[in-house]
Amino acid sequence: MIKQFDETQLKNRMNSRVRNNRIWKFIFFLSTLFGLFVLAILMIRVVMDGISFLHMDFLTGRLSTDPDRAGIMGALLGTVWVVLVVIPVTLIVGVGTAIYLELYAKRGKFKSFIETNISNLAGVPSIVYGLLGLTVFVRMMDFGNVVLAGGLTLSLLVLPILIVSAQEALRAVPGHLAEASYGMGATKWQTIRRVILPAALPSILTGSILSLSRAIGETAPLTVLGIPALLIPFPEGLFDTFTALPMQIYYWTLDSSLVAEYANLAGATIIVLLALLFLLNSVAIFIRNKFQHRY
Amino acid sequence: MGVIANKMGLQVNPTAKESIAKKINTQKNNIVYDTKELNLWYGHTHALKNINLEIHEKEVTAIIGPSGCGKSTYIKTLNRMVELVPGVRTTGSISYKGNNILGKTMKVEDLRTKVGMVFQKPNPFPKSIYENIAYGPKIHGIRNKKLLDQIVERSLRGAYIWDELKDRLNENAFGLSGGQQQRLCIARALAIQPDVILMDEPTSALDPKSTLKIEELVQELKKDYSIIMVTHNMQQAARISDRTAFFLNGEVVEFDNTNKIFSNPSDKRTEDYISGRFG
Ligand SMILES: Nc1ncnc2c1ncn2[C@@H]1O[C@H](COP(=O)(O)OP(=O)(O)OP(=O)(O)O)[C@@H](O)[C@H]1O
Ligand SMILES: [Mg+2]
Repeated sequence: MIKQFDETQLKNRMNSRVRNNRIWKFIFFLSTLFGLFVLAILMIRVVMDGISFLHMDFLTGRLSTDPDRAGIMGALLGTVWVVLVVIPVTLIVGVGTAIYLELYAKRGKFKSFIETNISNLAGVPSIVYGLLGLTVFVRMMDFGNVVLAGGLTLSLLVLPILIVSAQEALRAVPGHLAEASYGMGATKWQTIRRVILPAALPSILTGSILSLSRAIGETAPLTVLGIPALLIPFPEGLFDTFTALPMQIYYWTLDSSLVAEYANLAGATIIVLLALLFLLNSVAIFIRNKFQHRY
Repeated sequence: MGVIANKMGLQVNPTAKESIAKKINTQKNNIVYDTKELNLWYGHTHALKNINLEIHEKEVTAIIGPSGCGKSTYIKTLNRMVELVPGVRTTGSISYKGNNILGKTMKVEDLRTKVGMVFQKPNPFPKSIYENIAYGPKIHGIRNKKLLDQIVERSLRGAYIWDELKDRLNENAFGLSGGQQQRLCIARALAIQPDVILMDEPTSALDPKSTLKIEELVQELKKDYSIIMVTHNMQQAARISDRTAFFLNGEVVEFDNTNKIFSNPSDKRTEDYISGRFG
Protein backbone atom coordinates (compact mmCIF):
# COMPACT_ATOMS: atom_id res chain seq x y z
CA MET A 1 0.00 0.00 0.00
CA ILE A 2 1.21 3.49 -0.78
CA LYS A 3 1.32 5.69 2.29
CA GLN A 4 -0.21 9.09 1.86
CA PHE A 5 1.81 10.49 4.76
CA ASP A 6 5.50 11.25 4.81
CA GLU A 7 6.71 9.19 7.75
CA THR A 8 9.47 11.56 8.88
CA GLN A 9 7.26 14.61 8.65
CA LEU A 10 4.63 12.78 10.67
CA LYS A 11 7.20 12.00 13.32
CA ASN A 12 8.36 15.61 13.59
CA ARG A 13 4.82 16.81 13.89
CA MET A 14 4.13 14.22 16.55
CA ASN A 15 6.96 15.61 18.69
CA SER A 16 5.69 19.17 18.43
CA ARG A 17 2.14 18.05 19.21
CA VAL A 18 3.26 16.30 22.34
CA ARG A 19 5.38 19.30 23.37
CA ASN A 20 2.45 21.66 22.80
CA ASN A 21 0.28 19.54 25.03
CA ARG A 22 2.87 19.75 27.80
CA ILE A 23 3.12 23.54 27.52
CA TRP A 24 -0.62 24.00 27.81
CA LYS A 25 -0.81 21.67 30.75
CA PHE A 26 1.82 23.80 32.52
CA ILE A 27 -0.11 27.03 31.79
CA PHE A 28 -3.30 25.59 33.24
CA PHE A 29 -1.40 24.34 36.26
CA LEU A 30 -0.02 27.87 36.84
CA SER A 31 -3.50 29.37 36.73
CA THR A 32 -4.63 26.90 39.34
CA LEU A 33 -1.61 27.70 41.46
CA PHE A 34 -2.39 31.40 41.30
CA GLY A 35 -5.82 30.89 42.83
CA LEU A 36 -4.42 28.62 45.51
CA PHE A 37 -1.69 31.14 46.31
CA VAL A 38 -4.14 34.03 46.83
CA LEU A 39 -6.38 31.83 48.95
CA ALA A 40 -3.42 30.76 51.08
CA ILE A 41 -2.34 34.37 51.71
CA LEU A 42 -5.88 35.28 52.67
CA MET A 43 -6.21 32.38 55.07
CA ILE A 44 -2.83 33.00 56.69
CA ARG A 45 -3.60 36.69 57.25
CA VAL A 46 -7.03 36.03 58.67
CA VAL A 47 -5.85 33.27 60.95
CA MET A 48 -2.89 35.29 62.18
CA ASP A 49 -5.17 38.21 62.99
CA GLY A 50 -8.00 36.32 64.48
CA ILE A 51 -6.90 33.07 66.04
CA SER A 52 -5.78 34.56 69.36
CA PHE A 53 -9.19 36.14 69.87
CA LEU A 54 -11.09 33.01 68.94
CA HIS A 55 -12.05 31.47 72.25
CA MET A 56 -15.21 30.22 73.88
CA ASP A 57 -16.17 33.52 75.47
CA PHE A 58 -15.89 35.21 72.08
CA LEU A 59 -18.26 32.67 70.53
CA THR A 60 -20.85 32.78 73.30
CA GLY A 61 -20.56 36.40 74.46
CA ARG A 62 -22.65 39.43 73.66
CA LEU A 63 -21.44 42.28 71.53
CA SER A 64 -19.54 45.04 73.21
CA THR A 65 -17.40 48.04 72.35
CA ASP A 66 -14.76 46.65 74.66
CA PRO A 67 -12.67 44.28 72.52
CA ASP A 68 -11.82 42.10 75.51
CA ARG A 69 -15.44 41.48 76.33
CA ALA A 70 -16.95 41.39 72.85
CA GLY A 71 -18.61 38.17 71.69
CA ILE A 72 -20.44 37.28 68.52
CA MET A 73 -23.23 35.03 69.74
CA GLY A 74 -25.79 37.67 68.77
CA ALA A 75 -24.47 37.98 65.22
CA LEU A 76 -24.24 34.21 64.89
CA LEU A 77 -27.85 33.82 66.01
CA GLY A 78 -28.87 36.62 63.63
CA THR A 79 -27.27 34.75 60.74
CA VAL A 80 -28.97 31.52 61.78
CA TRP A 81 -32.36 33.27 61.95
CA VAL A 82 -31.82 34.73 58.50
CA VAL A 83 -30.97 31.25 57.20
CA LEU A 84 -34.23 29.97 58.66
CA VAL A 85 -36.05 32.53 56.54
CA VAL A 86 -33.96 32.12 53.39
CA ILE A 87 -34.13 28.32 53.13
CA PRO A 88 -37.92 27.85 52.97
CA VAL A 89 -38.58 31.01 50.97
CA THR A 90 -35.99 30.29 48.29
CA LEU A 91 -36.77 26.58 48.10
CA ILE A 92 -40.51 27.05 47.71
CA VAL A 93 -40.46 30.08 45.41
CA GLY A 94 -37.30 29.09 43.55
CA VAL A 95 -38.10 25.45 42.88
CA GLY A 96 -41.71 26.36 42.12
CA THR A 97 -40.63 28.90 39.54
CA ALA A 98 -38.12 26.50 38.05
CA ILE A 99 -40.75 23.76 37.75
CA TYR A 100 -43.18 26.13 36.11
CA LEU A 101 -40.67 27.49 33.62
CA GLU A 102 -38.99 24.22 32.80
CA LEU A 103 -41.93 21.83 32.82
CA TYR A 104 -45.19 23.69 32.42
CA ALA A 105 -44.61 26.93 30.53
CA LYS A 106 -44.96 26.63 26.77
CA ARG A 107 -41.97 27.66 24.73
CA GLY A 108 -42.57 31.19 23.51
CA LYS A 109 -42.09 34.90 23.99
CA PHE A 110 -43.51 34.93 27.53
CA LYS A 111 -41.19 32.21 28.74
CA SER A 112 -38.07 33.62 27.16
CA PHE A 113 -39.00 37.09 28.45
CA ILE A 114 -39.15 35.78 32.01
CA GLU A 115 -35.99 33.72 31.62
CA THR A 116 -34.03 36.66 30.24
CA ASN A 117 -35.16 38.80 33.15
CA ILE A 118 -34.18 36.18 35.68
CA SER A 119 -30.70 35.89 34.21
CA ASN A 120 -30.41 39.68 34.28
CA LEU A 121 -31.54 39.81 37.89
CA ALA A 122 -28.81 37.34 38.77
CA GLY A 123 -26.32 39.99 37.69
CA VAL A 124 -27.83 42.93 39.58
CA PRO A 125 -25.45 44.21 42.30
CA SER A 126 -26.46 43.10 45.76
CA ILE A 127 -26.70 46.66 47.07
CA VAL A 128 -29.63 47.23 44.71
CA TYR A 129 -31.44 44.36 46.38
CA GLY A 130 -30.76 46.16 49.65
CA LEU A 131 -32.60 49.20 48.31
CA LEU A 132 -35.45 47.01 47.15
CA GLY A 133 -35.69 45.38 50.57
CA LEU A 134 -35.54 48.76 52.28
CA THR A 135 -38.39 50.10 50.16
CA VAL A 136 -40.63 47.05 50.23
CA PHE A 137 -40.05 45.18 53.46
CA VAL A 138 -38.69 47.79 55.87
CA ARG A 139 -40.83 50.75 54.81
CA MET A 140 -43.85 49.71 52.70
CA MET A 141 -44.67 46.61 54.72
CA ASP A 142 -43.33 48.36 57.77
CA PHE A 143 -41.44 45.41 59.22
CA GLY A 144 -38.54 47.61 60.28
CA ASN A 145 -34.98 46.29 60.11
CA VAL A 146 -35.89 42.88 61.53
CA VAL A 147 -34.94 39.27 60.76
CA LEU A 148 -37.86 38.83 58.38
CA ALA A 149 -36.94 41.89 56.31
CA GLY A 150 -33.28 40.83 56.14
CA GLY A 151 -34.18 37.23 55.30
CA LEU A 152 -36.60 38.19 52.56
CA THR A 153 -34.14 40.66 51.05
CA LEU A 154 -31.39 38.04 50.95
CA SER A 155 -33.89 35.53 49.54
CA LEU A 156 -34.64 37.88 46.65
CA LEU A 157 -30.93 38.31 46.12
CA VAL A 158 -30.24 34.59 45.66
CA LEU A 159 -33.52 33.56 44.04
CA PRO A 160 -32.40 34.18 40.44
CA ILE A 161 -29.29 32.04 40.92
CA LEU A 162 -31.33 29.32 42.58
CA ILE A 163 -33.99 29.34 39.86
CA VAL A 164 -31.41 29.03 37.11
CA SER A 165 -29.60 26.20 38.86
CA ALA A 166 -32.86 24.38 39.67
CA GLN A 167 -33.93 24.71 36.05
CA GLU A 168 -30.63 23.19 34.98
CA ALA A 169 -31.12 20.37 37.45
CA LEU A 170 -34.60 19.64 36.11
CA ARG A 171 -33.38 19.80 32.53
CA ALA A 172 -30.64 17.30 33.31
CA VAL A 173 -33.15 14.59 34.21
CA PRO A 174 -33.14 12.27 31.19
CA GLY A 175 -36.29 12.65 29.09
CA HIS A 176 -36.74 8.90 28.77
CA LEU A 177 -37.58 8.65 32.46
CA ALA A 178 -40.45 11.10 32.10
CA GLU A 179 -41.55 9.30 28.91
CA ALA A 180 -41.73 6.00 30.79
CA SER A 181 -44.00 7.66 33.33
CA TYR A 182 -46.25 9.38 30.80
CA GLY A 183 -46.40 6.12 28.87
CA MET A 184 -48.12 4.50 31.82
CA GLY A 185 -50.82 7.12 32.02
CA ALA A 186 -49.26 9.34 34.69
CA THR A 187 -50.30 12.98 34.71
CA LYS A 188 -47.73 15.70 34.43
CA TRP A 189 -47.82 16.44 38.14
CA GLN A 190 -47.45 12.75 39.05
CA THR A 191 -44.48 12.51 36.72
CA ILE A 192 -42.90 15.61 38.21
CA ARG A 193 -43.45 14.54 41.79
CA ARG A 194 -42.50 10.89 41.47
CA VAL A 195 -39.86 10.87 38.74
CA ILE A 196 -38.45 14.24 37.80
CA LEU A 197 -38.18 15.93 41.21
CA PRO A 198 -36.61 12.95 43.01
CA ALA A 199 -34.06 12.63 40.22
CA ALA A 200 -33.28 16.36 40.25
CA LEU A 201 -33.37 16.83 44.01
CA PRO A 202 -29.68 16.25 44.78
CA SER A 203 -28.62 18.91 42.27
CA ILE A 204 -31.36 21.26 43.41
CA LEU A 205 -30.26 20.93 47.02
CA THR A 206 -26.62 21.43 46.12
CA GLY A 207 -27.55 24.59 44.24
CA SER A 208 -29.68 25.86 47.07
CA ILE A 209 -26.97 25.32 49.66
CA LEU A 210 -24.44 27.14 47.50
CA SER A 211 -26.79 30.06 47.06
CA LEU A 212 -27.42 30.01 50.80
CA SER A 213 -23.69 30.40 51.37
CA ARG A 214 -23.83 33.43 49.15
CA ALA A 215 -26.74 34.86 51.16
CA ILE A 216 -25.10 34.57 54.55
CA GLY A 217 -21.90 36.18 53.33
CA GLU A 218 -23.61 39.31 51.97
CA THR A 219 -23.01 42.63 53.71
CA ALA A 220 -24.03 45.38 51.32
CA PRO A 221 -27.80 44.77 51.31
CA LEU A 222 -27.81 44.53 55.08
CA THR A 223 -26.07 47.88 55.53
CA VAL A 224 -28.68 49.46 53.27
CA LEU A 225 -31.45 47.92 55.34
CA GLY A 226 -29.96 49.68 58.35
CA ILE A 227 -28.96 46.59 60.25
CA PRO A 228 -27.15 47.82 63.38
CA ALA A 229 -23.59 46.89 64.23
CA LEU A 230 -23.73 47.05 67.96
CA LEU A 231 -26.78 45.20 69.17
CA ILE A 232 -26.75 43.77 72.65
CA PRO A 233 -29.94 41.64 72.88
CA PHE A 234 -30.13 38.30 71.02
CA PRO A 235 -32.79 38.00 68.31
CA GLU A 236 -35.50 35.57 69.36
CA GLY A 237 -37.96 35.70 66.49
CA LEU A 238 -38.72 36.88 62.99
CA PHE A 239 -39.70 40.36 64.14
CA ASP A 240 -36.66 41.08 66.29
CA THR A 241 -33.91 43.41 65.16
CA PHE A 242 -30.73 41.54 64.49
CA THR A 243 -27.20 41.79 63.28
CA ALA A 244 -25.26 39.23 61.27
CA LEU A 245 -21.69 37.94 61.02
CA PRO A 246 -20.67 39.88 57.89
CA MET A 247 -21.98 43.09 59.49
CA GLN A 248 -19.62 42.61 62.42
CA ILE A 249 -16.71 41.96 60.11
CA TYR A 250 -17.52 45.09 58.18
CA TYR A 251 -17.88 47.45 61.14
CA TRP A 252 -14.97 46.05 63.11
CA THR A 253 -12.73 46.41 60.08
CA LEU A 254 -14.03 49.92 59.53
CA ASP A 255 -13.32 50.94 63.14
CA SER A 256 -9.99 49.18 63.46
CA SER A 257 -8.29 52.53 62.97
CA LEU A 258 -9.85 53.62 66.27
CA VAL A 259 -9.33 50.46 68.27
CA ALA A 260 -6.54 48.24 66.97
CA GLU A 261 -7.98 45.06 68.48
CA TYR A 262 -11.08 45.39 66.33
CA ALA A 263 -9.00 44.05 63.43
CA ASN A 264 -8.39 40.90 65.46
CA LEU A 265 -12.09 40.62 66.27
CA ALA A 266 -12.87 40.93 62.56
CA GLY A 267 -10.33 38.20 61.82
CA ALA A 268 -11.86 35.89 64.41
CA THR A 269 -15.33 36.53 63.01
CA ILE A 270 -14.12 35.78 59.50
CA ILE A 271 -12.84 32.44 60.75
CA VAL A 272 -16.27 31.69 62.21
CA LEU A 273 -18.04 32.72 59.00
CA LEU A 274 -15.64 30.68 56.86
CA ALA A 275 -16.19 27.68 59.09
CA LEU A 276 -19.93 28.06 58.64
CA LEU A 277 -19.59 28.31 54.85
CA PHE A 278 -17.25 25.35 54.82
CA LEU A 279 -19.81 23.37 56.78
CA LEU A 280 -22.58 24.25 54.33
CA ASN A 281 -20.44 23.33 51.33
CA SER A 282 -19.56 20.00 52.91
CA VAL A 283 -23.24 19.30 53.34
CA ALA A 284 -23.75 20.14 49.65
CA ILE A 285 -20.96 17.80 48.58
CA PHE A 286 -22.27 15.09 50.87
CA ILE A 287 -25.75 15.34 49.41
CA ARG A 288 -24.38 15.30 45.89
CA ASN A 289 -22.26 12.21 46.44
CA LYS A 290 -24.79 10.35 48.48
CA PHE A 291 -27.91 10.81 46.41
CA GLN A 292 -26.82 11.56 42.89
CA HIS A 293 -28.04 8.95 40.43
CA ARG A 294 -26.18 7.67 37.43
CA TYR A 295 -28.23 7.07 34.35
CA MET B 1 -65.97 11.03 5.19
CA GLY B 2 -63.68 13.95 4.69
CA VAL B 3 -60.47 14.61 6.48
CA ILE B 4 -61.32 15.80 9.94
CA ALA B 5 -59.04 18.61 10.85
CA ASN B 6 -58.00 17.84 14.33
CA LYS B 7 -55.23 19.90 15.73
CA MET B 8 -54.38 18.12 18.92
CA GLY B 9 -55.64 19.99 21.90
CA LEU B 10 -57.73 22.40 19.85
CA GLN B 11 -61.48 22.43 19.54
CA VAL B 12 -62.93 19.99 17.04
CA ASN B 13 -66.26 20.43 15.30
CA PRO B 14 -68.58 18.43 17.59
CA THR B 15 -70.94 17.13 14.92
CA ALA B 16 -68.04 15.85 12.88
CA LYS B 17 -66.78 14.04 15.93
CA GLU B 18 -70.09 12.31 16.51
CA SER B 19 -70.29 11.18 12.92
CA ILE B 20 -66.87 9.59 13.20
CA ALA B 21 -67.87 7.86 16.38
CA LYS B 22 -70.96 6.42 14.70
CA LYS B 23 -69.04 5.18 11.73
CA ILE B 24 -66.49 3.56 13.92
CA ASN B 25 -68.96 1.80 16.17
CA THR B 26 -70.25 -0.21 13.27
CA GLN B 27 -66.86 -1.72 12.60
CA LYS B 28 -65.78 -5.29 13.20
CA ASN B 29 -64.86 -5.70 16.82
CA ASN B 30 -61.58 -7.50 16.30
CA ILE B 31 -59.94 -4.31 15.13
CA VAL B 32 -58.26 -2.41 17.96
CA TYR B 33 -56.91 0.52 16.05
CA ASP B 34 -58.40 1.92 12.89
CA THR B 35 -56.28 4.68 11.40
CA LYS B 36 -57.92 6.79 8.72
CA GLU B 37 -56.19 9.39 6.58
CA LEU B 38 -53.74 10.24 9.30
CA ASN B 39 -51.34 13.08 8.56
CA LEU B 40 -48.77 14.41 10.95
CA TRP B 41 -46.42 17.36 10.82
CA TYR B 42 -43.47 18.26 13.03
CA GLY B 43 -43.51 21.97 12.32
CA HIS B 44 -43.02 21.94 8.56
CA THR B 45 -41.85 18.33 8.29
CA HIS B 46 -44.66 16.21 6.91
CA ALA B 47 -43.77 13.00 8.76
CA LEU B 48 -46.90 10.88 8.19
CA LYS B 49 -48.85 11.07 4.95
CA ASN B 50 -52.35 9.73 4.59
CA ILE B 51 -51.91 6.65 6.72
CA ASN B 52 -54.70 4.07 6.61
CA LEU B 53 -54.08 1.02 8.79
CA GLU B 54 -56.13 -1.49 10.75
CA ILE B 55 -54.51 -3.14 13.74
CA HIS B 56 -56.08 -6.44 14.72
CA GLU B 57 -56.68 -7.71 18.19
CA LYS B 58 -54.31 -10.26 19.77
CA GLU B 59 -51.93 -10.24 16.88
CA VAL B 60 -48.42 -8.98 16.45
CA THR B 61 -48.28 -6.20 13.89
CA ALA B 62 -44.77 -5.40 12.72
CA ILE B 63 -43.87 -2.01 11.32
CA ILE B 64 -40.83 -2.02 9.09
CA GLY B 65 -39.16 0.54 6.88
CA PRO B 66 -35.93 2.51 6.44
CA SER B 67 -34.69 5.01 9.02
CA GLY B 68 -36.68 8.24 9.17
CA CYS B 69 -39.74 6.83 7.42
CA GLY B 70 -42.05 7.58 10.34
CA LYS B 71 -42.31 4.26 12.20
CA SER B 72 -41.68 5.70 15.65
CA THR B 73 -43.85 8.69 14.89
CA TYR B 74 -46.71 6.41 13.98
CA ILE B 75 -46.62 4.24 17.06
CA LYS B 76 -46.14 7.26 19.29
CA THR B 77 -49.32 8.66 17.77
CA LEU B 78 -51.16 5.55 18.90
CA ASN B 79 -50.72 6.56 22.55
CA ARG B 80 -50.32 10.25 21.76
CA MET B 81 -46.78 10.42 23.06
CA VAL B 82 -45.91 12.48 19.96
CA GLU B 83 -47.62 15.38 21.69
CA LEU B 84 -44.61 15.71 23.96
CA VAL B 85 -42.81 17.18 20.95
CA PRO B 86 -43.77 20.86 20.69
CA GLY B 87 -45.32 21.96 17.41
CA VAL B 88 -46.84 18.64 16.38
CA ARG B 89 -50.02 18.82 14.30
CA THR B 90 -52.26 16.03 13.08
CA THR B 91 -55.27 15.54 10.84
CA GLY B 92 -57.38 12.46 10.25
CA SER B 93 -58.56 10.01 12.84
CA ILE B 94 -57.35 7.02 14.80
CA SER B 95 -60.09 5.11 16.48
CA TYR B 96 -59.22 2.93 19.40
CA LYS B 97 -62.08 0.49 19.99
CA GLY B 98 -64.51 2.94 18.54
CA ASN B 99 -63.25 6.17 20.12
CA ASN B 100 -61.30 8.73 18.17
CA ILE B 101 -58.16 9.11 20.26
CA LEU B 102 -57.25 12.34 18.53
CA GLY B 103 -60.50 13.91 19.70
CA LYS B 104 -60.81 16.35 22.51
CA THR B 105 -62.88 14.05 24.69
CA MET B 106 -60.13 11.44 24.89
CA LYS B 107 -58.02 11.80 28.03
CA VAL B 108 -54.43 10.86 27.22
CA GLU B 109 -53.98 9.44 30.72
CA ASP B 110 -56.89 7.11 30.08
CA LEU B 111 -55.61 6.05 26.69
CA ARG B 112 -52.12 5.36 28.00
CA THR B 113 -53.55 3.18 30.74
CA LYS B 114 -54.97 0.89 28.09
CA VAL B 115 -51.98 1.14 25.79
CA GLY B 116 -48.62 0.32 27.33
CA MET B 117 -45.35 1.26 25.70
CA VAL B 118 -41.88 -0.25 25.62
CA PHE B 119 -39.10 1.97 24.34
CA GLN B 120 -36.05 1.37 22.21
CA LYS B 121 -33.62 1.93 25.05
CA PRO B 122 -34.52 0.19 28.31
CA ASN B 123 -35.62 3.00 30.62
CA PRO B 124 -36.20 1.71 34.13
CA PHE B 125 -36.61 4.29 36.87
CA PRO B 126 -33.69 4.72 39.28
CA LYS B 127 -35.72 2.81 41.86
CA SER B 128 -35.92 -0.75 43.09
CA ILE B 129 -37.22 -3.49 40.80
CA TYR B 130 -40.36 -3.68 42.94
CA GLU B 131 -40.96 0.07 42.78
CA ASN B 132 -40.48 0.06 39.02
CA ILE B 133 -43.30 -2.40 38.55
CA ALA B 134 -45.51 -0.89 41.25
CA TYR B 135 -45.16 2.58 39.73
CA GLY B 136 -48.01 2.21 37.24
CA PRO B 137 -50.54 0.74 39.69
CA LYS B 138 -49.55 3.35 42.28
CA ILE B 139 -50.17 6.32 40.00
CA HIS B 140 -53.58 4.86 39.32
CA GLY B 141 -54.31 4.99 43.01
CA ILE B 142 -53.66 1.44 44.15
CA ARG B 143 -52.28 1.64 47.69
CA ASN B 144 -53.06 -1.81 49.05
CA LYS B 145 -49.70 -3.44 49.72
CA LYS B 146 -51.00 -6.97 49.23
CA LEU B 147 -52.58 -6.13 45.92
CA LEU B 148 -49.39 -4.37 44.81
CA ASP B 149 -47.37 -7.44 45.75
CA GLN B 150 -49.67 -9.57 43.64
CA ILE B 151 -49.49 -7.22 40.68
CA VAL B 152 -45.69 -7.12 40.87
CA GLU B 153 -45.47 -10.90 40.90
CA ARG B 154 -48.01 -11.33 38.12
CA SER B 155 -46.33 -8.76 35.90
CA LEU B 156 -42.88 -10.23 36.40
CA ARG B 157 -44.23 -13.70 35.71
CA GLY B 158 -46.00 -12.33 32.66
CA ALA B 159 -42.68 -11.08 31.34
CA TYR B 160 -41.03 -14.42 32.25
CA ILE B 161 -38.52 -12.76 34.48
CA TRP B 162 -39.95 -13.60 37.91
CA ASP B 163 -37.62 -16.51 38.56
CA GLU B 164 -34.58 -14.41 37.75
CA LEU B 165 -35.63 -11.47 39.86
CA LYS B 166 -37.80 -12.73 42.69
CA ASP B 167 -34.96 -12.59 45.22
CA ARG B 168 -33.75 -9.19 44.06
CA LEU B 169 -36.96 -7.18 44.21
CA ASN B 170 -35.44 -4.52 46.44
CA GLU B 171 -32.30 -4.03 44.39
CA ASN B 172 -31.95 -1.02 42.14
CA ALA B 173 -33.11 -1.76 38.60
CA PHE B 174 -29.94 -0.16 37.21
CA GLY B 175 -28.01 -3.18 38.44
CA LEU B 176 -29.70 -5.43 35.86
CA SER B 177 -28.28 -6.32 32.46
CA GLY B 178 -29.67 -4.52 29.41
CA GLY B 179 -31.80 -7.51 28.43
CA GLN B 180 -33.16 -7.89 31.94
CA GLN B 181 -33.89 -4.16 32.10
CA GLN B 182 -35.88 -4.37 28.89
CA ARG B 183 -37.90 -7.32 30.15
CA LEU B 184 -38.43 -5.39 33.38
CA CYS B 185 -39.77 -2.53 31.29
CA ILE B 186 -42.13 -4.94 29.56
CA ALA B 187 -43.26 -6.23 32.96
CA ARG B 188 -43.74 -2.62 34.04
CA ALA B 189 -45.97 -2.04 31.03
CA LEU B 190 -47.94 -5.19 31.90
CA ALA B 191 -48.53 -3.93 35.43
CA ILE B 192 -51.02 -1.33 34.24
CA GLN B 193 -52.89 -4.26 32.63
CA PRO B 194 -53.20 -2.72 29.18
CA ASP B 195 -54.92 -4.16 26.12
CA VAL B 196 -52.28 -3.05 23.68
CA ILE B 197 -48.49 -2.96 23.95
CA LEU B 198 -46.51 -0.66 21.68
CA MET B 199 -42.88 -1.59 21.21
CA ASP B 200 -40.43 0.69 19.44
CA GLU B 201 -37.44 -1.42 18.40
CA PRO B 202 -37.40 -3.17 21.78
CA THR B 203 -34.44 -5.35 20.92
CA SER B 204 -32.19 -2.97 19.03
CA ALA B 205 -30.06 -2.27 22.10
CA LEU B 206 -29.79 -5.93 23.08
CA ASP B 207 -27.53 -8.89 22.36
CA PRO B 208 -28.83 -11.86 20.32
CA LYS B 209 -29.62 -13.98 23.37
CA SER B 210 -31.71 -11.29 25.08
CA THR B 211 -33.33 -10.55 21.73
CA LEU B 212 -34.41 -14.16 21.42
CA LYS B 213 -35.87 -14.04 24.94
CA ILE B 214 -37.90 -10.97 24.10
CA GLU B 215 -39.13 -12.52 20.85
CA GLU B 216 -40.31 -15.59 22.74
CA LEU B 217 -41.96 -13.32 25.25
CA VAL B 218 -43.78 -11.43 22.52
CA GLN B 219 -45.12 -14.74 21.18
CA GLU B 220 -46.52 -15.51 24.61
CA LEU B 221 -47.90 -12.04 25.18
CA LYS B 222 -49.92 -11.97 21.99
CA LYS B 223 -52.29 -14.50 23.51
CA ASP B 224 -53.52 -11.74 25.78
CA TYR B 225 -52.44 -8.49 24.21
CA SER B 226 -52.45 -6.78 20.85
CA ILE B 227 -48.86 -5.92 20.05
CA ILE B 228 -47.52 -3.35 17.65
CA MET B 229 -43.81 -3.55 17.16
CA VAL B 230 -41.40 -1.42 15.20
CA THR B 231 -38.35 -3.30 14.05
CA HIS B 232 -35.38 -2.82 11.78
CA ASN B 233 -34.74 -6.49 11.78
CA MET B 234 -36.47 -8.14 8.83
CA GLN B 235 -36.00 -11.66 10.15
CA GLN B 236 -37.53 -10.60 13.41
CA ALA B 237 -40.62 -9.24 11.68
CA ALA B 238 -40.90 -12.41 9.62
CA ARG B 239 -40.42 -14.64 12.67
CA ILE B 240 -42.85 -13.15 15.10
CA SER B 241 -45.46 -10.97 13.43
CA ASP B 242 -48.82 -11.83 11.95
CA ARG B 243 -49.14 -8.73 9.83
CA THR B 244 -46.53 -6.34 8.56
CA ALA B 245 -46.78 -2.74 7.46
CA PHE B 246 -44.02 -1.38 5.27
CA PHE B 247 -43.50 2.36 5.71
CA LEU B 248 -41.55 4.53 3.28
CA ASN B 249 -41.14 8.32 3.46
CA GLY B 250 -44.08 8.70 5.80
CA GLU B 251 -46.45 6.55 3.73
CA VAL B 252 -47.67 3.01 4.10
CA VAL B 253 -46.52 1.28 0.95
CA GLU B 254 -47.93 -2.09 1.77
CA PHE B 255 -49.82 -3.68 4.64
CA ASP B 256 -50.63 -7.35 4.57
CA ASN B 257 -50.15 -10.72 6.20
CA THR B 258 -46.53 -11.18 7.11
CA ASN B 259 -46.29 -14.33 4.99
CA LYS B 260 -47.56 -12.49 1.98
CA ILE B 261 -45.25 -9.51 2.48
CA PHE B 262 -42.18 -11.65 2.81
CA SER B 263 -42.99 -14.25 0.16
CA ASN B 264 -44.91 -12.36 -2.45
CA PRO B 265 -45.03 -8.60 -1.91
CA SER B 266 -47.28 -6.78 -4.32
CA ASP B 267 -45.24 -3.58 -4.41
CA LYS B 268 -41.83 -3.43 -6.05
CA ARG B 269 -40.51 -1.12 -3.32
CA THR B 270 -41.45 -3.60 -0.59
CA GLU B 271 -39.63 -6.33 -2.43
CA ASP B 272 -36.55 -4.15 -2.83
CA TYR B 273 -36.57 -3.26 0.85
CA ILE B 274 -37.01 -6.74 2.28
CA SER B 275 -34.46 -8.20 -0.08
CA GLY B 276 -32.01 -5.62 1.23
CA ARG B 277 -31.70 -3.57 -1.92
CA PHE B 278 -32.12 -0.29 -0.03
CA GLY B 279 -32.66 0.99 3.51
N1 LIG C 1 -39.03 15.54 17.47
C1 LIG C 1 -38.99 15.73 16.14
N2 LIG C 1 -38.97 16.98 15.64
C2 LIG C 1 -38.92 17.19 14.32
N3 LIG C 1 -38.89 16.21 13.40
C3 LIG C 1 -38.91 14.94 13.82
C4 LIG C 1 -38.96 14.64 15.23
N4 LIG C 1 -38.95 13.30 15.37
C5 LIG C 1 -38.91 12.79 14.12
N5 LIG C 1 -38.89 13.77 13.19
C6 LIG C 1 -38.85 13.58 11.73
O1 LIG C 1 -39.94 12.80 11.34
C7 LIG C 1 -39.55 11.80 10.41
C8 LIG C 1 -39.90 10.44 10.94
O2 LIG C 1 -39.12 10.16 12.08
P1 LIG C 1 -39.29 8.84 12.93
O3 LIG C 1 -38.51 9.01 14.19
O4 LIG C 1 -40.72 8.51 13.07
O5 LIG C 1 -38.58 7.77 11.99
P2 LIG C 1 -38.32 6.22 12.24
O6 LIG C 1 -38.95 5.51 11.11
O7 LIG C 1 -38.71 5.83 13.59
O8 LIG C 1 -36.76 6.13 12.06
P3 LIG C 1 -35.70 5.19 12.83
O9 LIG C 1 -35.80 3.87 12.17
O10 LIG C 1 -34.40 5.84 12.55
O11 LIG C 1 -36.07 5.17 14.27
C9 LIG C 1 -38.07 12.02 10.17
O12 LIG C 1 -37.92 12.75 8.99
C10 LIG C 1 -37.61 12.80 11.36
O13 LIG C 1 -36.55 13.66 10.98
MG1 LIG D 1 -37.64 5.16 15.38
